[in-house]
Amino acid sequence: MSWLTPEVVTVIIAVVKAVVVLLVTVLVAAFLTWVERRTLALWQDRYGPNRVGPGGAFQIVADMLKMFFKEDWVPPFVDKLTFLLAPAIAMSALLIAFAVVPITPNWGVADLNIGLLFFLAMAGLAVYAVLFAGWSSNSKYALLGGLRSAAQTISYEVFMGISVMGVVAIAGSFNMRDIVEAQRGLWFIIPQFFGFVTFAVAGVAVAHRAPFDLPEAESELAAGYHTEYSGLKWGMFFVGEYVGVVLISAMLVTLFFGGWMGPGPAWLGFFWFAIKTAFFIMMFILIRAALPRPRYDQVMVAGWKFCLPLTLLNLLVTGAVVLWHANAAQV
Amino acid sequence: MIGGILAGIGTTIRTIYLIFMRVFRKRDTILYPEQKVNTPPRYRGRIVLTRDPDGEERCVACNLCAAACPVGCISLQKAETEDGRWYPEFFRINFSRCIFCGMCEEACPTNAIQLTPDFEMAEYNRQNLVYEKENLLIAGTGKYHEYNFYRVAGMAIAGKPKGAADNEAKPVDVKTLLP
Repeated sequence: MSWLTPEVVTVIIAVVKAVVVLLVTVLVAAFLTWVERRTLALWQDRYGPNRVGPGGAFQIVADMLKMFFKEDWVPPFVDKLTFLLAPAIAMSALLIAFAVVPITPNWGVADLNIGLLFFLAMAGLAVYAVLFAGWSSNSKYALLGGLRSAAQTISYEVFMGISVMGVVAIAGSFNMRDIVEAQRGLWFIIPQFFGFVTFAVAGVAVAHRAPFDLPEAESELAAGYHTEYSGLKWGMFFVGEYVGVVLISAMLVTLFFGGWMGPGPAWLGFFWFAIKTAFFIMMFILIRAALPRPRYDQVMVAGWKFCLPLTLLNLLVTGAVVLWHANAAQV
Repeated sequence: MIGGILAGIGTTIRTIYLIFMRVFRKRDTILYPEQKVNTPPRYRGRIVLTRDPDGEERCVACNLCAAACPVGCISLQKAETEDGRWYPEFFRINFSRCIFCGMCEEACPTNAIQLTPDFEMAEYNRQNLVYEKENLLIAGTGKYHEYNFYRVAGMAIAGKPKGAADNEAKPVDVKTLLP
């Protein structure tokens, strides 16, 4: 056992932690496909899939078996490389962003000191999935979906970045762990309420979830950017969407709701994190059940004329307060 | 403008709240195979051939149902018993074509062909959807319990000469001078 030096043990533990986070995220995302259908059905006075296993819990297994056996068809008119690349990006970009989310005080994949910027960068990369899919599919619906996605993501990622800058200003760090630690006295939902609201709106838009699911608006664009996809590649888009939901929920918890913090002993940290994240995932599903899809120009107006000024104002006031406190401390 | 934004936020939150309260509503879905569907008596389902109160076939093989059928799924052949009753030699309905419109029931002059509330007739083999007379004929009278075609019609059969039906006048004797 001479190779089992302390360095190797550290590396192995880090790798295991990362793999566990990866597996749990993907499994939760896959399981969410069933959870969403059941809860949507509950809010729409129906049952949803309740046949396979207890309460339909094994529906995901049935769906996956079906998807595996489907023909993995690449249409002859597509641009092969980008067509194959798009679903890989869709699933991996947001999954990689999960690396910076601190789950408990000593559990998280990477403790980057630019964690928040890394998340924003990965959220920006995720657009390429939709853009590539829309462009390479070489069909009108996919192209329109990709076009809408590009415009929507550009509009919403602008103020998504600005909306979290208030949090950064108060915490004084881009490190996600430091941001959670800075919320020990007061969760940022109170001082950064408008930051929370705009980040939540932008998060829904970036995850392409209803009511901001215009890139895949099925009533107008068939299936939008993934119209030409089938089988496993379509499944990757599908799971990618739920990874996005989990990621945005985890980010909301980390940035505004104190991450692992909560009453009780420290080992309850994971429990608190999971409960809070589950709550926001449910909110994602609830607003999908409740809100109709706005017209495209209304989405743009809401983004540029309402949310962007609101985030700028929020940042201005936060900065002023932070500076005022700093001056008061000096005097 | 501020008022409009506030009103919009208000209605949005109200919508979310109202949809959430749906949790406490009863679900509308009928869990079908376990929970049977209660179809109304006039539901247009599986077609049957009924018998009159005496237990004889009502169908007189007039072919009106086959003529009325918009998809032409009924075929039959007339035959005659020794006592003068008409009956179908064979009577065949192809339920893979039938659209359950009920035109045959409306066309039938003897209330023989009737639609029932049963709709569970799925088959794995398409040939099994072709129902022959023995599959169609039921023991009872269906929706009209009293009706007996030969008792109200002027047609003579063995044991019931002309003029013996209900509300039927005696045939005019053309050889007598009396009024």
